[in-house]
Amino acid sequence: MNKHLLSINDLTAEDIVRILDVAESFREVGTRVIKKVPALRGRTVVNLFYENSTRTRISFELAAKRLSADVINFTTSGTSVAKGESLKDTARTLQAMGADAIVIRHSSSGAPHQLTRWVSGRVLNAGDGTHEHPTQALLDLYTIRDKLGRLEGLRAAIVGDVLHSRVARSLTFGLVKMGAEVTLVGPPTLIPPEAPQWGAQVSYDLDAVLPKLDVCYLLRVQRERQRQRFFPSVREYARRYGLTRERVAALPEGCLIMHPGPMNRGVEIDSDVADLPRSVIEEQVTNGIAVRMALLYLMLGGAGEGGGA
Amino acid sequence: MRPGREREDEQHQPRPAATAVGRLPYPAGVRAVSATRIMDEEEIRRAVTRIAHEILERNHGAEHVALVGIAKRGDDLARRLAAEIERIEGVAPPVGVLDITFYRDDIGMRAEAPEVHETRIGFDLNDRVVVLVDDVLYTGRTIRAAMDALVDLGRPRAIQLAVLVDRGHRELPIRADSVGKNVPTRKDEIVRVCLREQDGEDAVYVEEPGGSA
Repeated sequence: MNKHLLSINDLTAEDIVRILDVAESFREVGTRVIKKVPALRGRTVVNLFYENSTRTRISFELAAKRLSADVINFTTSGTSVAKGESLKDTARTLQAMGADAIVIRHSSSGAPHQLTRWVSGRVLNAGDGTHEHPTQALLDLYTIRDKLGRLEGLRAAIVGDVLHSRVARSLTFGLVKMGAEVTLVGPPTLIPPEAPQWGAQVSYDLDAVLPKLDVCYLLRVQRERQRQRFFPSVREYARRYGLTRERVAALPEGCLIMHPGPMNRGVEIDSDVADLPRSVIEEQVTNGIAVRMALLYLMLGGAGEGGGA
Repeated sequence: MRPGREREDEQHQPRPAATAVGRLPYPAGVRAVSATRIMDEEEIRRAVTRIAHEILERNHGAEHVALVGIAKRGDDLARRLAAEIERIEGVAPPVGVLDITFYRDDIGMRAEAPEVHETRIGFDLNDRVVVLVDDVLYTGRTIRAAMDALVDLGRPRAIQLAVLVDRGHRELPIRADSVGKNVPTRKDEIVRVCLREQDGEDAVYVEEPGGSA
């Protein structure tokens, strides 16, 4: 594995299989009464979040704590960042404090990459701008493999605002790397023109895609972007691309319904659809902890410098 | 098969695939100059039978006993012991497998994170007499890690230790309750346990390490 995890493309297909296999062991730890192992005792993991996030930060925090690492949460409000400190100076401060790994979320694409030039510890991208969110993709791959037994040859649709979605990019790269077929579905304004180069197909008609799917992955409608008028109205979006009861009926038996959260119930997914047994949205969250434990373990469990590169 | 235990921390390295009976495979870069067979199939079978009897004697039956094998070969030995105890006593003790990777004391000292196996203990450890089972007892560090792992999973009434081979060179104050065979070794020798389940034959070898191939 690479020293840092900035993009799914830092990983080979073998790396991904290894991470998912190790995550399997960590899921067992999560079922114990004492959900903690001493594997990373004495290591320090910093959560550096420049954007609000509840689930990803908590998931990383729990993952590190269950490995017995020390966790420092560094959020931007009420800290030196609010006083105008640059990313570089913050990075140097964390470096001086001896952080072994920095988990960063930032609104600018490429910020984690920049960070790698200033710190000697490992950097894990927890979402950067509209670029990538590799740990989300890995937990999605884990969930799909766990539920369907394989990744190769599966047919998945990723539906919604692909243009702004780092989740969609990472997951598409990951699924294609693992031999799955991906169709990106959404209004033409929200499908990036370079999408075919990702190895995915593109469709603007959700109903045509539904009957042959193994995985139906819904993206959050980012209402804050609605000001820029990528689609006429939220209601029209819901009518054309929302997963309703009727559309679920068109899905094959056993097709998974997934969502990275947080959901807009009634927009991209109907409320009762989100609660169907075939919707694995809560399992995605649970699996996220195990997958992040596996990543932290594999990245920090070795000797560091020179090792495992 | 096991690439020896010339150091305790070698034990979770990926192993070469099992080979045909009677042929010795070697880890990459290591060539044994000579290999001496110190236990054959019959001797291993008798040792397992004796250890099963010792466990029953020490615990006055199998009622509270559970066997936990340390991944990977301890796992197979634990299942054989359980089958033997069932044959003798008519009661099969529960068997679990324990992976000690997350409890090792050398994490961060190796270039790569050690390989992870599965932990599967499908019974309640509380109030059980847990017999830890491993193939080779050497420095004792694996057993220290296994005890730490066990107490995180519950509070056994007692923990006992059964091993197929004790090769000496302890680095911690640990001893086994049952030993299949005591084998005096030099630290640079390799004790290789082969079990039918994984290696296609039952045998224990002591090997002289050769130079790099």
